[in-house]
This record gives sequence, C-alpha cells and structure tokens, in this order.
Amino acid sequence: MENNKQSSARAAKENYAALVKRLTPKSKLAQGCLRAFWVGGAICMLGQAIADAGAVWLDLNSAAAQTLASMTLVFLTALLTGLGIFDRIAKYGGAGTVVPITGFANAMVSPAMEFKPEGWVLGTGAKLFTIAGPVLVYGISASVVVGILYYFIRW
Amino acid sequence: MPQHRIGAQTICFENRPRILATASVAGPKEGRGPIGNQFDLVIGDALFNQESYEQAEHAIFLEACKRCLQKAHIENRQVQAMLGGDLLNQIMAASLSARELSIPFLGLYGACSTMAESLTLGAILTDGGYASPVLCAAGSHFCTAERQYRFPLEYGNQRTPAAQWTVTGCGACLLGQGDEGMARITMATIGRVVDMGISDANNMGAAMAPAAADTLTAHFRDTHRTPMDYDRIITGDLGQVGSSILRELMKENNYGIPDDHYMDCGLTIFDPKEDVHAGGSGCGCSATVLSAHILPKLQSGEWKRVLFMATGALLSPTTNQQGETIPGVAHAVILEGGN
Repeated sequence: MENNKQSSARAAKENYAALVKRLTPKSKLAQGCLRAFWVGGAICMLGQAIADAGAVWLDLNSAAAQTLASMTLVFLTALLTGLGIFDRIAKYGGAGTVVPITGFANAMVSPAMEFKPEGWVLGTGAKLFTIAGPVLVYGISASVVVGILYYFIRW
Repeated sequence: MPQHRIGAQTICFENRPRILATASVAGPKEGRGPIGNQFDLVIGDALFNQESYEQAEHAIFLEACKRCLQKAHIENRQVQAMLGGDLLNQIMAASLSARELSIPFLGLYGACSTMAESLTLGAILTDGGYASPVLCAAGSHFCTAERQYRFPLEYGNQRTPAAQWTVTGCGACLLGQGDEGMARITMATIGRVVDMGISDANNMGAAMAPAAADTLTAHFRDTHRTPMDYDRIITGDLGQVGSSILRELMKENNYGIPDDHYMDCGLTIFDPKEDVHAGGSGCGCSATVLSAHILPKLQSGEWKRVLFMATGALLSPTTNQQGETIPGVAHAVILEGGN
C-alpha cells in the first residue's frame, strides 16, 4: 500500500516534469554559440592586438607583452563593470565574455561593488570571492596536483 | 466544524470586510509598463534616495503604507493591526516600516503569496471583530532579491527564458468595517504547500503552478463554483511558463479557465519589450497590480467578482543548494465590487 502510494507520487512527479519540459521555452543554443563565438573571439583579438602593440611600440618581450594584454583587459572589464556596461555585454555574449580573463575580472569587481553597503571588512572584504572563490580553490588545487604529477613524470 | 467554513479549505466571511483604501509605489521599470500610470507613485531610480537597496525597499514599503492611510484619512495610531511581509531575510522592509508606523504588527512570510496571505488574515481579524481597520501590505525589490537569491547586480550572466524579473514595488490595503470602500472580501481559500519536484530556481513558475492548481481546484470544489463565476481568475506571478502550466493542469481537473477569464499579474506589469523573460515576480508583483489595477476595476464596477490568488515559491537558496526541491503555496481571496 505504502509502496503503491510512493510509486504513484513518483509517477505524478515524472508526468509533471514532462509537462514542464514541454511548456518551458528553451535557450536558443545556436544563437548563443554564435554570439559567444564572435564576442569571445573579438575579446581575444583585442588582447592579441594589445600584446602586439606592446611588443612593437614598447619593445616588450613576449611574456611582458602578454602580461600587458591581461592587465589591460582586466582594467577595461573592471571599468565597464563599474559603469554598469559589462553585464549588458555579457548578457549578449554569454560564455564569450565569461571564458576570457574578462569573466574573472567581472566576477571579482561585481561582488566588491554589491556588498560595499555592508562595509569594507564584512561586506567587500568577506564577500569579494563569492563568485571567483570556487574557480581559485579548484584552479589552484588542480595546478598543485598537476605540479606533483609533473615532478614525478617528466614528459 | 467551525461555522464560517465551507469545504476543506475555504472560509466565508459573514460580515464581508471592506477594502477601504489602497496605495501602490512602484519602480522605474514598472512605471514604464502597461499599467505604469495607475500606480500612486513611480520612483525615479531604484535607490529611492537611500544608501542601499535594502533601505530603498524599506522606504518604498513605508511610503505605500503611509499613502494608503492618507487616502483613507486615517492616522496610524487608529490602525489596530498591520500584517505584511517581503522577500528580505527576516522580512526587514516590513519590520522596519512597522517600527516607524508603530502599529501592532504581525510579520508574514509567504514568499510571493504574501499579499493574499495578509488579506486572508486581515479579513479574518476584521470579520471576527478582533481588529479594524487592519493594514495589509507586501513588497519586493529587484536589486535586493537578485543579491539574496542569485548574483550581484553587475555580474555578467545570461538569464534563462523561463527566468522571471522581481518587481520593485509595494502595495498596501486598508481593511475595515466602514460603510463604503473599494471592494469586499467575501471568501478565502488557504492553500496547501505543494511540491512536484522542481528544483530549478530559474523556473519559479513551474515550481508554483501545482500549488496554484491545488488551491484553485479546492476552491471550486468547496464552493461548487466554476471559473465562469468570476470575471477574472487572477494569479500573482506565475509568468508565461507557470500560467500555461496552470491552465493545462486546470483543464485536466475539469475546471478549464477561458482566456478572457484569466489574468496573471506577472504578465500584466511589464512591457514585454523590457526583456523580463517569463514575466514579473516577487511579493510586490501581485500587491502592486492588486492595488493599482484590480481594485479600481472592482470599484468602478467593470468587474463584479474576481478570484485573486497570489502564488509563492518557498525557495531558500541554502536548502536548494543542498538538493531540496522548491515547495509552492498559493492562497486565493474572493473580491467583490459594489456595496
């Protein structure tokens, strides 16, 4: 009896899930991919242009030129986030803005602004890494694991 | 069996408490919407001259309450009870407003169903002769809800097509036993918490629709009425997805709601051009639309009788992250025009 009740409740939930699936509009995958591709590509091209300009005009070596590109993109993202423009670009570009370094900069600056009313310490200080935190934790952890493996297995 | 009940979930109000006055305050985006010119006040920017959005939400709540009392020509010390809530943790917009108004206060949390919850309880207090007048209010703010339930405002992300936009605004109603008013509350159906296993916080309409269908079906069963007995069946904030699910479920339950008898506040408040995806949501959605759009139509006689059902997704980010699904609840209040 109890089993019957449970299985009919499960069946009702499954039926409902099917109904929800049928009536919920889907994200436009092709459009999203296309926009992410061109926005992401444009950001990377801008980065490359900054690196090349640094190499040609400032006579930077390749490592320094790449650092210049990262710094400039992080600065621009922070500025655009502060001006309330970046989230509109990201709404259009999706993963195209999240994947490059711009996504990381935005993930740091937006909580810093958001939690400012709770003060510098318990607001901005404590909540700064709410979005970027997991990326850092698992990014750094993964690099440690890869580093240890690399120590033993040189390839 | 208590004497004022019919059926399993419905209450009948013998004295049919009146809504004496109402007021609404809404945000800029709401002000640009199709019913923008019907709000008592549309604020110029979402901060409303405050230092934080939480303070702004409180200021909006307080302003709606004050305007409601002004319109009724009643001082706050004459009000015998205040019932209200919002979406902030510890319902702070309502609590801080109650601190200022210094009216005996019962704080409510029913997520976006709060307005119907406050009207139901307010009508019980008034009808039973325990308090009159009673102030009922509910509000929400897009910027505080985003932070609490989702991401920082300036964080760049894409919303899914089923996601809804929290309404910035507050609606307040004063209930009492006066000789004239805008409308009367004749019945209420208190909803059960229903959970059909939806865990996607970006599809609140789907989480709430089964609760809405449960309450509506209970109402029709208890009262032996049908959707045709109402000029409008009005849901709070089911949005595009939730509304179509509700109507599908009601058809299955043999209480199909025709197009011209149905309205959803979440689909009424915003201009679709504003890119709000599936529509408006939040406590303030049903509260402001009730105040600015529904009650005036009852007062003018355009509508005689409507069923106002605010729907709430009882979502907690904590339990949601722990894998818990989203329970829904919906309460229905029957409003009738004329004296």
